[in-house]
Amino acid sequence: MSLLTNLKPFARRLDPRRGSDQAFTSVEPGGPAVRAGWGEEPPPRKGFFTDTSICIGCKACEVACKEWNGVPQDGIFELLGSSYDNTGALGASTWRHVEFIEQRKPLGGQTTGVTIGVPETAVGAGVQLPDSGAGSFGATASSFGSVGSFDTIPGPVSGPDHSGIDLFGSLKPEPVRQPEPVKAGTPMVDLGMPSFDLPSASPDAGERTEFRWLMASNVCKHCTNAGCLDVCPTGALFRTEFGTVVVQDDVCNGCGYCVAGCPFGVIDRRIGDKNQPKDAIANKNAGIAQKCTLCYDRLGEGLTPACAQACPTQSIQFGDVDELRERANVRLADLQAAGVAGAQLYAEDPDGGVGGAGAFFLLLDEPEVYGFPPDPIVTTADLPRMWKNAGFAALGLAAAVTTAFVGGRR
Amino acid sequence: MSPGESGDPHEDNQIGQQDPGSKAANPERHDGERPRDGAIRAVPGTEGQASASATTRRTGGGGRGTRGPGRKGGGRRRKGRAEELMVPDATFTSYYGRQVVKPTPWESDIPFYLFAGGLAGGSSLLGMGADLTGRPHLRRNARITATVALSASMLALVHDLGRPTKFYNMLRVFKPTSPMSVGTWVLTAYAPGNVVAGASEVARLLDVQRFLPTRLKFLSGLLDWAARPGGIEAALLAPAVASYTAVLLTDTSTPAWHEAHRELPFVFVGSAAAASGGLGMVTAPLAETGPARMLAVIGATVELVVEHQMEKSMGFTAGALHEGTPGKLMRASKILTAVGGASALLLGRRHRAFAVASGLALVAGSVCTRFGVFEAGQESARDPKYTVVPQRERLNARRAAEAAGQDPGATPTSVRPGPPADDLQTTSPTAEHTTQENTA
Ligand code: SF4
Ligand code: SF4
Ligand code: SF4
Repeated sequence: MSLLTNLKPFARRLDPRRGSDQAFTSVEPGGPAVRAGWGEEPPPRKGFFTDTSICIGCKACEVACKEWNGVPQDGIFELLGSSYDNTGALGASTWRHVEFIEQRKPLGGQTTGVTIGVPETAVGAGVQLPDSGAGSFGATASSFGSVGSFDTIPGPVSGPDHSGIDLFGSLKPEPVRQPEPVKAGTPMVDLGMPSFDLPSASPDAGERTEFRWLMASNVCKHCTNAGCLDVCPTGALFRTEFGTVVVQDDVCNGCGYCVAGCPFGVIDRRIGDKNQPKDAIANKNAGIAQKCTLCYDRLGEGLTPACAQACPTQSIQFGDVDELRERANVRLADLQAAGVAGAQLYAEDPDGGVGGAGAFFLLLDEPEVYGFPPDPIVTTADLPRMWKNAGFAALGLAAAVTTAFVGGRR
Repeated sequence: MSPGESGDPHEDNQIGQQDPGSKAANPERHDGERPRDGAIRAVPGTEGQASASATTRRTGGGGRGTRGPGRKGGGRRRKGRAEELMVPDATFTSYYGRQVVKPTPWESDIPFYLFAGGLAGGSSLLGMGADLTGRPHLRRNARITATVALSASMLALVHDLGRPTKFYNMLRVFKPTSPMSVGTWVLTAYAPGNVVAGASEVARLLDVQRFLPTRLKFLSGLLDWAARPGGIEAALLAPAVASYTAVLLTDTSTPAWHEAHRELPFVFVGSAAAASGGLGMVTAPLAETGPARMLAVIGATVELVVEHQMEKSMGFTAGALHEGTPGKLMRASKILTAVGGASALLLGRRHRAFAVASGLALVAGSVCTRFGVFEAGQESARDPKYTVVPQRERLNARRAAEAAGQDPGATPTSVRPGPPADDLQTTSPTAEHTTQENTA
């Protein structure tokens, strides 16, 4: 069957609706899983919509991925000196990677002149505080008092009840604390927390008004036309029924071809640690290409991938790709309406160079700022032409040898 | 519009985007995170090299998408400073100067394999020709060369694997989309005939027949009989062996390899012909080396001419072939190939010493070509400018075309444009990618 599957791209070349160059890249109706032979009705294609505009850079996803998948340590601890990013890049032992980009640029729709709300006004409405504690996070903490302030918390709803024995009482859910709105005119309390100025709060604010952090959680794109999968000579990389791309550890022989095949620089070959015993976790799957599996093991059980599950902001949204695309487009429209310059969807376009990725991104700046290629293309798209050229070259060599023996009889 | 021309939106907008400066002592990230003394010019202000190469690119017209209007420069390489100053600096943005695509984890095994594979392929052809035209020494040496080169290349291939013990997994599937899979099968089909032909020559050389017990003497006769069909079978597949390696490299996202996909097969077969012809000149007596000499001269000429063409059509990424170690290797390869080819043509017939010298130069030239192209690719993968700048130009050209209401062409994009990033060109946010037009 795998032979037939593998020959399909050539069969498609005969399809008159497609140009020959599209032969390796066209999207079949039903998505990649159907094309890969999972029958006519595989489960819906799964993927990620990573909305970087709400990422807070907490790295929960990075950690959750390592924990769930037992991915070994990624080198010794060393500061890279690039913002808060000491992981550096995706790799064989980094399947999720949170990027931190520091820019002198305001966030779209954001005014960076200091505007800290007093309690009466909605948060962020922009009324200047009196001088005391103005612009310090200590004061800000109080101004957000409507979320819950410790001196206004009502006492426990019910005290410990000794009248009966309730062994499992402590397992009952905590009573919900009812936040009490801060009354107008409540004086600001300096909590004595270490504080520093908000950007542009200081007198020399002119220099600091324009500053933003971009954070993005990068991952394998699970491309519709996956370069890594196309070039793998062992069949170790395969398309799952969820339309994702997964490496089989026990089949991969570590040829490393997929590493160069990926236009996003995602997959890599794991290097073991010679100082560790062979069966140590550092040497798990050493010499074998590794990358995000979209938690294939969890998907099979109907679970959410570990990274998405751990993401506290829903910056990583997991679901059916069709639905995620809609969500992404709505979010993009919202941001555009809000005037967020530079908002764009990345790798989502089904007509794109990788046929639309299973994991796509909403970015707030151009892709290369995030270390993404601006215009990735699956190189297999050019393969028919490359084979043709190689064929001509081979004929040329044969002709040259013939010439040498026929024409060069001396 | 190039990033430079349009006023890069990120110019001066980013701090902390320089090279990390500290070594990521991470065994898995060995290639990418190496601080690369000035080789990475991630941000505006460090764009010197990128601008020079971008100039080449712009005058040279380049990859898909930008072809056409920017083509008038005729693809000449930048000469002198005047031209350089006419074009604004090509600044580009990257994430802390880190590589975008990953270099393959391949080491010198692979360029050696490229060389040995080419040598084997060319020698098989030479061996068959010599067999059919009655040149016993050339035949013997070419057949043995082919067998030794093939064995060495196969060992190199297996040695290069992360899990060499699993090499046989290559034979699980046949995948036309994977040049490595196709190549494995081609080599598998090529090897037996080649080995038979080579073994018969070795057996004759060692006079094995004499040591065989009488009952087994027929074996050596059988081998002798099988040598010609074996040699022919190998020679039929040899051109594929010599040329598929180019597809192996170009079907990757490694910029300098992929951009070379039009010409690299011809460069590689030229190099294979030069190397095998050259080695034939070294090993065979003058009286029989006529065809080897001719093959070497043809190969060297093709290699030099097409390599020149390749550098033009590669545009910006050709820069990787000129700088650093790959630059040195490519220069050495050109000199060795040119000198070897010329002396083979003019002096190769006169004296054995000339023949040997020019043959060795050609072999060395071929080695330099393989290592040079290989290293250039690795270098182009490590340096983000080779990934970002051409793709950015392609994307900008397409956005500009879309904004001007033209058909953006068949090249697909992966970026759905948002509203203009600051004052950047781009299209309206609602610009649709029309499916039909793009795939038709
Ligand atoms: S992003 Fe790279 S590794 Fe992931 S599926 Fe696409 S080509 Fe493969
Ligand atoms: S390294 Fe493994 S997964 Fe990658 S192409 Fe080779 S065999 Fe396939
Ligand atoms: S989907 Fe699973 S394997 Fe992939 S990044 Fe998330 S946690 Fe890691």
